[in-house]
Amino acid sequence: MAARNVAMREAIRRALREEMHRDENVFVMGEEVAYWQGTHRVTRGFLEEFGERRVRDTPISEMAIGGVAVGAAMAGLRPVAEFMTINFAFLALDAIANHAGKVRYFFDGMFKAPLVYRAASGWGNQATASHSHAPEPIFAHFPGLYVGCPSNSMDAYGMLKTAIRDDNPVLFTESIALYPKPGPMPDEGEELLIPIGKGDIKREGDHVTLVAYARGVDWALQAARQLSKDGIEAEVVDLRWLRPLDMQLVYASFKKTNRCVIVEESLPMYSFGSEIAALLQENMFDYMDAPIKRVAAEDVPLPYSKTIELLALPNAQKVVDAVKEIL
Amino acid sequence: MAAPTKAMLLDWYRQMVLIREFEETCHRLYEEKRITGVYMHLYSGHEASGVGSMAALRPSDHVITAYRDHGIALILGMDPKAVMAEMMGKKTGSSGGKGGSMHLASREHNFWGGYAIVGGHLPLAAGIALEAKYNDKDDVTMTYVGDGATNNGYFHESLNMSAIWDLPVVWIIENNGYGMGTEVERASGQVELHRKAEAYGIKSFGCVDAQNAMKVYEVASQAVDYARQHGPAVIEHVTYRYRGHGVSDKQYDARDDMSEELKKWMQCREPIKILRDHILSAHDDVDEVLAGHESEAKALVKGAVEFAEASELPNSYQELMRNTYVPSDLVYKTESSIGAGID
Repeated sequence: MAARNVAMREAIRRALREEMHRDENVFVMGEEVAYWQGTHRVTRGFLEEFGERRVRDTPISEMAIGGVAVGAAMAGLRPVAEFMTINFAFLALDAIANHAGKVRYFFDGMFKAPLVYRAASGWGNQATASHSHAPEPIFAHFPGLYVGCPSNSMDAYGMLKTAIRDDNPVLFTESIALYPKPGPMPDEGEELLIPIGKGDIKREGDHVTLVAYARGVDWALQAARQLSKDGIEAEVVDLRWLRPLDMQLVYASFKKTNRCVIVEESLPMYSFGSEIAALLQENMFDYMDAPIKRVAAEDVPLPYSKTIELLALPNAQKVVDAVKEIL
Repeated sequence: MAAPTKAMLLDWYRQMVLIREFEETCHRLYEEKRITGVYMHLYSGHEASGVGSMAALRPSDHVITAYRDHGIALILGMDPKAVMAEMMGKKTGSSGGKGGSMHLASREHNFWGGYAIVGGHLPLAAGIALEAKYNDKDDVTMTYVGDGATNNGYFHESLNMSAIWDLPVVWIIENNGYGMGTEVERASGQVELHRKAEAYGIKSFGCVDAQNAMKVYEVASQAVDYARQHGPAVIEHVTYRYRGHGVSDKQYDARDDMSEELKKWMQCREPIKILRDHILSAHDDVDEVLAGHESEAKALVKGAVEFAEASELPNSYQELMRNTYVPSDLVYKTESSIGAGID
């Protein structure tokens, strides 16, 4: 593995491109993916390379984007359907949760829907309330779907390739704030497949477990570096997938540290943090030395003004403070 | 387009009396609480709409519909035993008891299913048609959609998408006058429903008297040919439902004007009678065949009920969980994994 500084957006582009070369049935569809070159430039150059048949601009029709992908996948194609931002995927929630996630079940295995929904997620940059969501846990609520949320280039690359190859529908979110973030990648010609549902230890430590995904991993790692200066060594568990959840990794870490802070960009109620905390108290009660803490966004729609927007956002300092409360 | 042959007409009669016998039996079994699901939408009254239009298809074409799907399943040749067993939620049901009345399907017959969310199957239809176009096949996707769904976003987004991508879909709007309990006139600003499709540049084959299987077949044949060669087509089928929106619908008992209306349709525009009269006026020596089809329908449905009632109910955790996901080597699971499904 060569250490190269590749932005996450480039890593995702490489994964998509390689999978399109590998399998003729893989195609991309979505708003502005072709002629505009992708709103987030993930599909830059795709129209030229693969043509209109496999790089399909859609109208602003999220319900149809969500459902056409299901039908095409049932019929044998492998669609990668892009929601320009995850906020717009709310319009397609029925197609995603009720159709993509259930066609296999309600016909008792007669069909499968091997598709990937890609959606740019997260908030910041004064995008205002309706464009500022990190609602991954909503989608992870539904059985029948898998949900992947990478925190860096290497993971995004390996996770997306697996998501495209797997026969189950996957919602794959890409944190907008992480698109430009550089990170190491496999060399050209070397492949990486990260299994669906496999988490990863991003930093080892004995004093507290920080459980996170996507952008939360960065806050956790920053907090861990800061805590280390005070002699507190945090272990950072990046779950990478919200469904399935690799709880074995969390439990193993918790048995060592006996303390946990959960870090997420999402809203606090009925959240990733709620789920992990509930599972820990159910299954690790004997190992628990302190209350489980949760660091999430504030429970509020996002305002426009930068100053108060930042008050709502989780950050490394909030993680540090939470850790210090339970040590 | 050739007129339907004698053999075709007789086969349509076989299909229509089978559907009617099946549906009326379902209704009786529901009243007797031998079928216990809360949702069941019967095709009685609609028979000619499905029979006449699907006669224009070839076996490699695709069919998809909403929740009024029993008739569609039987026309395509699904075994009445498996369909009846599904009504009763049995292991031997066509969807293993997981889907019930609204989720019949059969891969073998290119029947992509009945779907329960109004309009939810419409983008799926476009996606199935996209596969045909993507892989240069000239199969069409025949898609049945109720009048109520034409007011929903799925309809407009899916039809527009089919138009800009020239997808080989025949959109058949089965207009039975009501979206659940609301008359078309109270629900739709444009009451000529096929014109909504026309607004997106879709070729309209107009409004058809869908109680007359011969007329349905004639127009469907043109629309299917068009879709195969050019892209999406729409037909509006004017029809009527004999058993309300669903079996739990008590509206027909409560509203005199509706039962008057129902009587009028049954007396003047009964699809099986229209077909039968046509056959008798056009062909000799058919009485025996018609009677044979009628007794065969009774026997088939009786056999289906016996089979379904004798079948086992699913009753294990394994059966509950199975087929939530496709078993996959690409998925990492441990005993502590949550939300991975079981294989």
